[in-house]
Amino acid sequence: MAKMMYRDAVRLTIAEEMERNESVVVLGEDVVGGMGTDGGPEAIGGIWSTSTGLFDKFGPNRVIDTPISESAIVGAAAGLALSGKRPVAELMFADFIGVSLDQIWNQIGKFRYMFGGKTRCPAIIRMAYGGGYNAAAQHSQCVHQILTGMAGLKIVMPSTPEDVRGLLRTALRGDDPVMFLEHKALYAVEGEVPDGDWTIPFAHARQVTSGEDVTVIATGLMVGIAEAAAEAAAENGIGVDLIDLRTTSPLDEEAILDSVEVTGRLVIVDEAPPRCSLATDLAALVANKAFSSLKAPIEMVTAPHTPVPFASELEQAYLPSPDDVEAAVRKTLAYR
Amino acid sequence: MQLSRDELIQAYRKMATIRAFEERLHDIIATGEVAGFTHLYCGQEAVAVGVCEHLAIEDKIVSTHRGHGHCLAKGCDVTGMMKEIWGSREGLCKGKGGSMHIADIDKGMLGANGIVGAGAPIAVGAAMSCKLDGEGRVAITFSGDGACNQGTTFEAMNMAVVTKAPCIFVFENNHYSEHTGFEYAVGTQKDIASRAEAFGMKVWRADGCDFFAVHDTMREILEYVRAGNGPAAVEFDTERFYGHFEGDPQNYRGEGELDRIRDTRDCLKIFRQKVTEAGLLDEAVIDELNEAAEADVDAAVEASRAADRPTAEDVLTDVYVEY
Repeated sequence: MAKMMYRDAVRLTIAEEMERNESVVVLGEDVVGGMGTDGGPEAIGGIWSTSTGLFDKFGPNRVIDTPISESAIVGAAAGLALSGKRPVAELMFADFIGVSLDQIWNQIGKFRYMFGGKTRCPAIIRMAYGGGYNAAAQHSQCVHQILTGMAGLKIVMPSTPEDVRGLLRTALRGDDPVMFLEHKALYAVEGEVPDGDWTIPFAHARQVTSGEDVTVIATGLMVGIAEAAAEAAAENGIGVDLIDLRTTSPLDEEAILDSVEVTGRLVIVDEAPPRCSLATDLAALVANKAFSSLKAPIEMVTAPHTPVPFASELEQAYLPSPDDVEAAVRKTLAYR
Repeated sequence: MQLSRDELIQAYRKMATIRAFEERLHDIIATGEVAGFTHLYCGQEAVAVGVCEHLAIEDKIVSTHRGHGHCLAKGCDVTGMMKEIWGSREGLCKGKGGSMHIADIDKGMLGANGIVGAGAPIAVGAAMSCKLDGEGRVAITFSGDGACNQGTTFEAMNMAVVTKAPCIFVFENNHYSEHTGFEYAVGTQKDIASRAEAFGMKVWRADGCDFFAVHDTMREILEYVRAGNGPAAVEFDTERFYGHFEGDPQNYRGEGELDRIRDTRDCLKIFRQKVTEAGLLDEAVIDELNEAAEADVDAAVEASRAADRPTAEDVLTDVYVEY
């Protein structure tokens, strides 16, 4: 066991996989940083400190610092992957999928299908998402609700350093394109990580707390929010079965349905706005496949249907809180 | 540099195959037998063949929506392609891609592309891979005068220069981006190459209707890029004999324009004239090559008509490697 931060888990895993497999290549803006300046290479080492030291260790052909050109970053990852490499491209902020969406959606997500299953595109696109940093509407968004609907992509949302390790290894050793979504408010969170070379398979949800009264589903930063609510509920004798999905595509349907079958009550916590979202998708899944188990309407705790605001008071109101989750748990339990 | 008789025969044969393939599709699509959106490469054969004759299987190309010529020139199977356009499960992409998404990774053909301008960044990535392998291989992106206006193309050119990727930007200026004239849509009037030059690349310009001009120019470019000088670009002036897509009424064309370009700018005619006048190949040989190309296309059409159709179950496969 070693204690490490979420961001270190990202960096260490990439470094180890680069050591292990020379086809792993890192690219993105400021993944080296300082290029063309008096400070020189490695003056930055990635704005999230997730690529520090890689350039010195692996050199400019495998750690490629790029201009601010998101389409070309993701497109180059596509070309590298089609040529047999394993690119790890960093988009810096998830919000920047807006300027690179064609390469994500029409290209890397579709190559295998369009080309009749005769190619592999193991491109990993890493991006920092989510709110909590007063970063406002264009640097705070969730994008899993957009990406999950795109067939051909796998969407990974680790909530702990341990999950970063296990899930990123799986991504880097697999043969499909992966959108690796790192919550920026989790980068400095520390956690225990088991030693050794182990992986976490996709579509394998984690049971965070177990209970028989209410099922709560969360991802990313919302797992901690829901866990705080579950702990508060436990003090009042309410047992919450908290499920961290880990990946939204592929989805561990079984974990969700099995839990709802026991509890009959479901609260979905999602940091994204509610329309056409992961929350509505999961609600539809449960309504369709576990209808007879339900004892109460499905509750959704989500951000409102607005852009992410700037001011602290506004952002706090925007983001789901433990109190919101606890209230939803009580509401579903109160339904008779 | 003088090409050998065998090299001349091979080059003409490929151009003739593309021509026969596209002319045949034009006729068949008009009957309704083949579905989908098809963009014919007819008229531009000298570019695809003049470029790809220099390439090894390890060199990569990224193509466009008008990609049949690039595929055939890079070595994709004629029948496999025709079956794909027919939507057969025996097609190169099992009928899941169709005309705009033909790829053959094993041949270094990284895909036609339905999105104008999407190919250039992909080629830069392929070129980064070539650089990493250190074996002197290159990646080539074909773009038209339409794609030259896309931001993706600009991003790709700059990134190729910055990363010194062995990427060659081949601009085929056929004077039309879909249904809009080059004179209107390209702000750097009459010139795409100067844009590439402004990004810091060495550029070339040549007549894309003259196979020999294309071939000679590409030899120089490839020597330059394979030597590790970073990316390069070339603009070939060429002609599109058909519309943007099959079914396009082409009422934007000038009076007599199609007859004129067929008469004076046909790269196959120009090739024939040059090699026969120089005594390198005689007329009979050229005629035989045309007939052989037609026979290949006859066989491909016949095979496509008889080929297996995909089934409803096939919809669900090939999305992921691991589910």
